[in-house]
Amino acid sequence: MPPLRSIPRLRLHPLGDTALLAELGTRLDTALNTRAIALATALKKRRDVRQAVAGYASVTVHFDPDLITQEALGAAIKRLAAKRPPMAEPGRLHRIPVTYDGPDLEAVGSALNLSAEKVIEIHSRPIYRVFLVGFVPGWAYLGPLPEELELPRRHVPRTLVPAGSVAIAGRQAGIYPLPTPGGWHLIGRTAVKLFLPDSDPPCLFRAGDRVKFFSTKG
Amino acid sequence: VNHVLRVEEPGLSTTVQDLGRPNAISSGVPPGGAMDRFAHSAANLLVGNGQGAATLECTLSGPHVVAEQSCLVAITGADFDPYVNGKSVATWTGVFLGRGDRLTFAGRRAGARAYIAVAGGIDGTGWLGSLSTNLMAARGGLHGRSLRAGDVIDIAGEPTKPTISGRRLPAHLLPDYGDHTLHAIAGPHFRRLDQEGRRLLFNAVFTVTKDSDRMGYRLDGPRLDTSGDELLSYGLVAGAVQLPSGGQPILLMADHQTAGGYPVVAGVVSASLPIAAQLLPGDKLRFAEVTPEGARQMRAALAAALDSLRKPPSR
Repeated sequence: MPPLRSIPRLRLHPLGDTALLAELGTRLDTALNTRAIALATALKKRRDVRQAVAGYASVTVHFDPDLITQEALGAAIKRLAAKRPPMAEPGRLHRIPVTYDGPDLEAVGSALNLSAEKVIEIHSRPIYRVFLVGFVPGWAYLGPLPEELELPRRHVPRTLVPAGSVAIAGRQAGIYPLPTPGGWHLIGRTAVKLFLPDSDPPCLFRAGDRVKFFSTKG
Repeated sequence: VNHVLRVEEPGLSTTVQDLGRPNAISSGVPPGGAMDRFAHSAANLLVGNGQGAATLECTLSGPHVVAEQSCLVAITGADFDPYVNGKSVATWTGVFLGRGDRLTFAGRRAGARAYIAVAGGIDGTGWLGSLSTNLMAARGGLHGRSLRAGDVIDIAGEPTKPTISGRRLPAHLLPDYGDHTLHAIAGPHFRRLDQEGRRLLFNAVFTVTKDSDRMGYRLDGPRLDTSGDELLSYGLVAGAVQLPSGGQPILLMADHQTAGGYPVVAGVVSASLPIAAQLLPGDKLRFAEVTPEGARQMRAALAAALDSLRKPPSR
């Protein structure tokens, strides 16, 4: 059994008059994310909650203002957050083949003083956690990216990033599910489809899943 | 034979919308649905539908349609100057179309989005619990796209009896569409603004730019700067006023990105979103701070207006 953690420092902020942001913390941290996912799951069972979406370390709670006030819901969130989260099941493991030939691979290497081979080795080493699914359909924020690959986003975002692009920024990794604008560094591509519009849920990854990249070159 | 309307001209961008798919947010899919939920709901109630039935959302111009069978329709929201067989007809009330009647629009007079409801509700392909069209995913509504000439629209259910045609919504019960003040509550990262930024947010005039669509409106105005560390991404909502590093706010609308990491300095309240939905590029707006109680009263006023349509009409 893991040690009982102290009650996280919970901060509640209104998002308009029908939603609340409940912040459990401000660090990129697996334990905080596990708590956020557990809190969102518990909140979704309430009749006065329309939807609860876990962020990295927060939950965005959409509620029915005709059934509960922001204050009363805030108090309920605090009570739920103080409870010990249920033991998190290890998420499903996805193995993602990557062709490491991204347009930014060389530049990332130069910026970090690493060879392209080393960048590939470091990127494909960890088992990443899916912290959050969101932004655009099928996008998943993966992390933590090893510190050796930490770089700020590109100064000028690309106006169009091809679907399947494998990318990094900060301590995060991701795969562009759809052709969209994007400011992350593109180091490779995968043929795996992340957005599955005719499935429900319509994406491959769910919050709490685990992801391992491997090079198709072997 | 559920065909009800044949599309002769589609209008600039006309899509099938309902109240959206809130349960898809956790998959990164925008909630979608009608931008102006008040006008959408009113249109439905005027023809005897539940407010969640699908309607046609017409952006900037209306379609030209011919009735394939007699039906009761209602046109609400923006005023695009509607005509039936060349004769001007009223908005915010039920309008009968006989078989072969043609509904046209002469041109935009006010607002950005008009809604057309048909008794029985407009049919479409459901996707993730909603008939709303999502153009990015090409799913929902009519083949996941905007209407085209030649399309035929079906009704989803049994149309209601014609006895309810007397319903109308008087102008004094409508949101004040002419007043471009968006009421808002300070957001999670309001305190990241400096003193001047806090003052400007709730006092300055902002202009809706061309970079505005169902996802959100990029606003032009005084530069607002925030300080502080980068934020971890979190779930976003329609009405959130996001502040990217350039200092120009973005007001998130129905097809908004579901998560992001920019500071949110304000949240426009639900009763002001219909006003926002009717703004066009070039329109000026102002944010006015409102208390939760003020927001509740605004919400109650709109709910009462819609409730008045559920009662049997007086004759």
